[in-house]
Amino acid sequence: MPAIIQLPHVGESVTEGVIGKWLVKPGDRVEKYDPLVEVSTDKVNMEVPAPFSGVILRILVEEGDTIEMGKPIAELEIDGAQDNPVEDEATENEEEIHFDREAERRARVGEFLEEVRSVGPTGSGEGGLGRPDVDSVFADDPNDPSVQGEADSINSERLSPLVKRMIEQYQLNPEEIQGSGRDGRLTKSDVLAHLEFKEGRSNSRTDTSSGGFAEIKGENGGQSDRIELTSIRRTIAEHMSKAVRDIPSAWTMIEVDLSELVSWRNQHKHDFKVQHSVNLSYPAIIGWFTAKILSGNPTLNSSWAVDSIKQFSSVNLGIAVSTESGLIVPVIHRADEMNFTEFATKLDSLVSAARNGTLELNDVQGGTFTFNNTGALGSIISVPIVNHPQAAILTTEAIVKRPVVTESDAIAIRSIINLCLSFDHRVCDGHDAGIFLSSLKKMLEHHDFSSILN
Amino acid sequence: MMPIINVIEAVRDAMKEEMARDASVFIMGEDVGKRGGVFLATQGFVEEFGEQRVIDMPLAESGIAGIAVGAAMAGLRPIAEIQFADFISPTMNQIVGEAARARYGTKGEVHVPMVVRSPYGGQVRGGLFHSQSVEAYFAHTPGLKVVAPSTPFDAKGLLKSAIRDNDPVLFLEHKRTYRSVRGEVPNTDYSIPIGSADVKRAGHDATIVSYGLTIHYALQAAEVLEKEGIQIEIVDLRSIRPLDTETIINSVSKTSRLLVLHEDNLTGGIGAEISAIVSEKAFDLLDAPIMRCAGLDIPAMPFAPTLEAAYMPSLEKILATTRKLLAY
Repeated sequence: MPAIIQLPHVGESVTEGVIGKWLVKPGDRVEKYDPLVEVSTDKVNMEVPAPFSGVILRILVEEGDTIEMGKPIAELEIDGAQDNPVEDEATENEEEIHFDREAERRARVGEFLEEVRSVGPTGSGEGGLGRPDVDSVFADDPNDPSVQGEADSINSERLSPLVKRMIEQYQLNPEEIQGSGRDGRLTKSDVLAHLEFKEGRSNSRTDTSSGGFAEIKGENGGQSDRIELTSIRRTIAEHMSKAVRDIPSAWTMIEVDLSELVSWRNQHKHDFKVQHSVNLSYPAIIGWFTAKILSGNPTLNSSWAVDSIKQFSSVNLGIAVSTESGLIVPVIHRADEMNFTEFATKLDSLVSAARNGTLELNDVQGGTFTFNNTGALGSIISVPIVNHPQAAILTTEAIVKRPVVTESDAIAIRSIINLCLSFDHRVCDGHDAGIFLSSLKKMLEHHDFSSILN
Repeated sequence: MMPIINVIEAVRDAMKEEMARDASVFIMGEDVGKRGGVFLATQGFVEEFGEQRVIDMPLAESGIAGIAVGAAMAGLRPIAEIQFADFISPTMNQIVGEAARARYGTKGEVHVPMVVRSPYGGQVRGGLFHSQSVEAYFAHTPGLKVVAPSTPFDAKGLLKSAIRDNDPVLFLEHKRTYRSVRGEVPNTDYSIPIGSADVKRAGHDATIVSYGLTIHYALQAAEVLEKEGIQIEIVDLRSIRPLDTETIINSVSKTSRLLVLHEDNLTGGIGAEISAIVSEKAFDLLDAPIMRCAGLDIPAMPFAPTLEAAYMPSLEKILATTRKLLAY
């Protein structure tokens, strides 16, 4: 049975070899491992051995030829192949003929046997000569001077040489790019992601006039309008893509009976408004309780920092506000330190400022947790995207009257709200999310609400 | 397909094949004859090639190196074995002062085609006098080639090149790899050019450049990180002088992040040289500072197992440094 002999792979970075002297000619008998031909490459000069015994049928490449690794160089008639059943023959030869890449890699890389003892004067020491268990004792010593290269602090605004060059080459504004490196510094992959995003935009711009779009238009007779991206739309898009790309988020929801809160609010909302010129709104009440709970249990008031988790001591509550131009998330700084009236007043003023476009830069920075009243338009369940780099986002859904089974097995009409939470599963687990939601539920169902007005 | 052998067998095969091929090749060193070498590199040689070509020498390394230099100048191809790299310091004058300078000093008339083979490195409970890494002392010397393979395949191919080289080559064999690293090695003739590095594993997130035993630790680290979706490229220098700058920079151009790893002491080690070269030639390819993971700057390898482990750039240390590099 004739077999093809290929030029064997000799290294990751070697793609071709130059055929040297042929040591055999057609008609020659060769034994397994006999040298067939000399080959030189950048990395190694070697003789290609016969993969099995047989007779050379044809030589397919000439001396001086440059041949890609894996290409056929000769044909050989294998000894005794006709004696074997056809199937076995095929498999066996397959294995032998194709210089298995993995085997080649193993050959070059070798196999490291940790438990093997050394020999000679140093090989007689007691115990394992493998890595002693004690290794781990020293593993994480931050003072270990053998682990070099990290300064205690870095200037995260300083660009790496590569990023600096890329920014000049592609004429980018570094401030428009979200950093994912240490302390938020820009890395190559951040710039590449940004470029990809920009390219996607410009491609879709071209696409409107290209074949794909024209066809759809032609077949369906429909029209499509091109809508220019506003800078806020672009920022939202980048930010959301990044959040979905980077954060393994999980979602959970809890149902809360707000009947008592609803009746309490109905009694006090008029007076509150008169007294403080601000609404006694549900988002204000639930948002304020949220800040209180995060303050006492900060697991979700944090941020993933690749090799650590940043947990924030203050609760800076981001409030998702829908505006004409798009979503804006102003931040109530140190919300946990405010009394309810301060919180409600600040919330009201930030929402107005967002809608009037009069927010200051500081008003949209430093959020540690986001709060979104998705129920405003009637939604009863939503699955929010975590506001990167925060660890969690809470939505309050519409309050709806539902028949529920009470503790005494009666059916009653109660005011029910769903609270939904998406969280960064790198930072914490469902257990922590569950504790947070159930604490909030307990507050909203059983708190002495009048105390919040004091 | 090919026989599977370990590093010491690869060294033995290379010498045996070269001695059979070229009558001017001979071996000299302590216990290389009747004893077959303390690591059995020359086992059976004196029986096969005779006492004229396998010469037991007295305990005087300067003499071994000096006689080798003379024999090489006179046209022979000596392979001088320094039993442990720790004992190489008495040969400094013969190797650095004479062998490395001879061709330069005679306008190319006198060559010194000698190989100095020496087992080096720790993690073998060898203590203060049987564990050191000496490559940095010699890599500083122009006129000398310094080679340190990590696998049987590389050991055999490089030792053949070293024996055939017309200039002095210091051939360093990591003792820990002798029996612990096995791999397929063709039993046909092949050689690996001195000065060519080898990409032992391809990846795109960061490059680890190393040589010798720590290549295997780096490969282990790459396996661990692969499970986290991180692809590490591993460049095995194989030759410490001359350095394959091109392969290193090609890799950095792909990964933009570089860790240099060696067992030798940190200060003034090969890592410092590579770091300098990459900063000079490829500054704008870098996305993070070049980091180093190396043996501790202490006077010698300690004997106590806990302290020996603490000296070594272990898997844990390599992972920690690589993570810092990736997170930068």
